[in-house]
Amino acid sequence: MSFNFQRLFAIVLKEFIQMRRDRLTFGMMIGVPMIQLILFGYAINSNPKHLPTAVYAADNSVFSRSFIWGLRNSSYFDLVREARSPAEINKLLAENKVQFAVTIPVDFSRKLVRGEKPDLLLEADATDPSAVGFAQAAVSGLVATVLNRDLLGPLAKLRATAPPFNIVAHQHYNPESISQYNIVPGLMGVMLTMTMIMITGLAITRERERGTMENLLSTPVHPGEVIVGKIIPYIMVGYVQVILVLLAAKFLFNVPMLGSVPLLFLLVLLFIVANLAVGITFSTVAKNQLQAVQMAFFFFLPSLLLSGYMFPFRGMPGWAQNIGECLPLTHFLRVVRGILLKGNGLAETLPDLWPIALFLTVVLIIGIKRYRQTLD
Amino acid sequence: METFAIDVRGVTKKFGTRTVVNDIAMQVRPGEIYGFLGPNGSGKTTFLRMLCGLLTPDGGEGKCLGLDFRSESAEIKKRVGYMTQKFSFYEDLSIEENLDFIARLYMMPQRKMAVEKSLERLGMVERRKQLAGTLSGGWKQRLALAACLIHEPQLLLLDEPTAGVDPKARRDFWDEIHKLAASGLTFLITTHYMDEASRCNRLAYIAYGNLLASGTVAEVVKAGGLTTWEISGENLAALAEKIRGLPGVEQVVAFGTTLHVSGRNAEKLNASVSPFVSGAQRWEKIESGLEDVFISLMEAAKDNFS
Ligand SMILES: Nc1ncnc2c1ncn2[C@@H]1O[C@H](COP(=O)(O)OP(=O)(O)OP(=O)(O)O)[C@@H](O)[C@H]1O
Ligand SMILES: [Mg+2]
Repeated sequence: MSFNFQRLFAIVLKEFIQMRRDRLTFGMMIGVPMIQLILFGYAINSNPKHLPTAVYAADNSVFSRSFIWGLRNSSYFDLVREARSPAEINKLLAENKVQFAVTIPVDFSRKLVRGEKPDLLLEADATDPSAVGFAQAAVSGLVATVLNRDLLGPLAKLRATAPPFNIVAHQHYNPESISQYNIVPGLMGVMLTMTMIMITGLAITRERERGTMENLLSTPVHPGEVIVGKIIPYIMVGYVQVILVLLAAKFLFNVPMLGSVPLLFLLVLLFIVANLAVGITFSTVAKNQLQAVQMAFFFFLPSLLLSGYMFPFRGMPGWAQNIGECLPLTHFLRVVRGILLKGNGLAETLPDLWPIALFLTVVLIIGIKRYRQTLD
Repeated sequence: METFAIDVRGVTKKFGTRTVVNDIAMQVRPGEIYGFLGPNGSGKTTFLRMLCGLLTPDGGEGKCLGLDFRSESAEIKKRVGYMTQKFSFYEDLSIEENLDFIARLYMMPQRKMAVEKSLERLGMVERRKQLAGTLSGGWKQRLALAACLIHEPQLLLLDEPTAGVDPKARRDFWDEIHKLAASGLTFLITTHYMDEASRCNRLAYIAYGNLLASGTVAEVVKAGGLTTWEISGENLAALAEKIRGLPGVEQVVAFGTTLHVSGRNAEKLNASVSPFVSGAQRWEKIESGLEDVFISLMEAAKDNFS
């Protein structure tokens, strides 16, 4: 019995008709991603509050003291420490004790009074990039208010000119050196992982539960035809989701798209198929639909937590990174962020493509091996 | 040597430690309608599934349509139509879509025509767009039969094809089967209906996985070795109470106006009932019915195998 495209087409056609009739599942495939997009979209826009902050005031002046006072009273920052040296600032950041550190240089107030536009150094742990962008604005606003109150009499003329100082921001520990836009492209991968595995996870168990499997097995259909035939229609669903996210990214969240979107379109295929293969393999193992859903979650959780979507990948312990490296989502996140945010081309994404391809091959082989041609 | 459509021996299937089909042999000639009977859970469905490669047998050998039924099930599937006991077509597909799907899987050269022909035979040309899930039980059965005929198989394995089908439709169905058999198709049909059993050319009866009898209806009745009295007249209910439980009396079955009393041991039975024969009722020795024979076989099997 060999693979036949006519029979494959029969399965694909049948799956399409069933998908069209199953309004609920179809709605979920499009609705769930939209809800996720909106929820996560708001998460990006909400202002984080009470971020632990340290300050190092090398310039012991009225301005410094006013600034520190302002920090204390701000609901954005929690001033946890007044550092005594730049080294201490670095240590605090490194040990994750604070997220921000403000350094007021030695002659800040003198230069300010002279109108020399002194620098104010804001250092941020940008591993959580969503907090960084807004903080810059908050600090600058804060400084401006504080100074406006202190700049009296002859100094009042400094108020008029736009900020009488510069904020120099250094983002540490964010290897990709990108802002909060990280999250929306990543969401594409998360969404595909969840829906693709869930949908196909049910595909074969449903046939078995409804008894239609007995009929299917009594025909000359080949396991490969069933498996591939059930994957193909959902590739298109995957692409619909990809388009939705890209549209939202561009028009709702203004995510920059530096690289080639067609290239991303091509490469996402590999990732979609990898996830569909996982789902199919689960459904050859699961005894019923509930088990299939449980297995899908079992796979989804580590994907969500260890891929670098929820937590910074390089901040995880070694064993967690090792698990993460085995998951297709980890690599896809690098691909999609790389293309959209860094403008990577095919050459730069290759190191993350072959692990997905390898994963796909292994999973597909397991799936076809596990697909039982009998009812035993 | 005669070529059989089905010729298998020693077919055995175990689920865990339980033997569900035990060392069964079956020979079915081409063009024959072969009835397969037995109480619930006796292993009929399991046997059919093994024949068409849906279950792996634990033992046995033989041929199905001239192909080794254990190693060539892929080939066998192309030439066999299997109708499952439980409706197993897609309820969310229309009648036409179901037929078309099956025709595509068998790679019918003239698919559209085959589907059309099948719809006509079903009498569902106008209802072709109806979803299979919305059909009544009897119509589902007819659709299932039409679907497993669509690829023009040589052998049909039908698992209780007329369960839930009304008498008229049942008769039409059997007329159709006889027509198809005359054109050379072979049928292996499981059923629980005695009238259907008697419309088969030959039959096999299994209980608890064991083959108890096989052959034509007359042969099976003869092999049952049952003696039956038919009693008609007044006060049959009271008489039945008295007779039930006497030595040699195995079955006392009340019909509308008659009573059937039967047993395998003719001498014991006759001895027990002789005091009543001269009573008010009319006694007559009759040919045992298939049903009486099957029940007797099953009772005997219960003693032997469990
Ligand atoms: N997959 C299975 N696993 C374990 N036991 C099974 C399985 N399939 C069937 N059985 C058992 O095998 C026995 C025979 O079942 P089978 O379905 O072959 O009976 P049947 O003769 O078709 O009965 P019916 O007339 O009720 O359809 C039953 O006791 C059933 O419980
Ligand atoms: Mg059965």
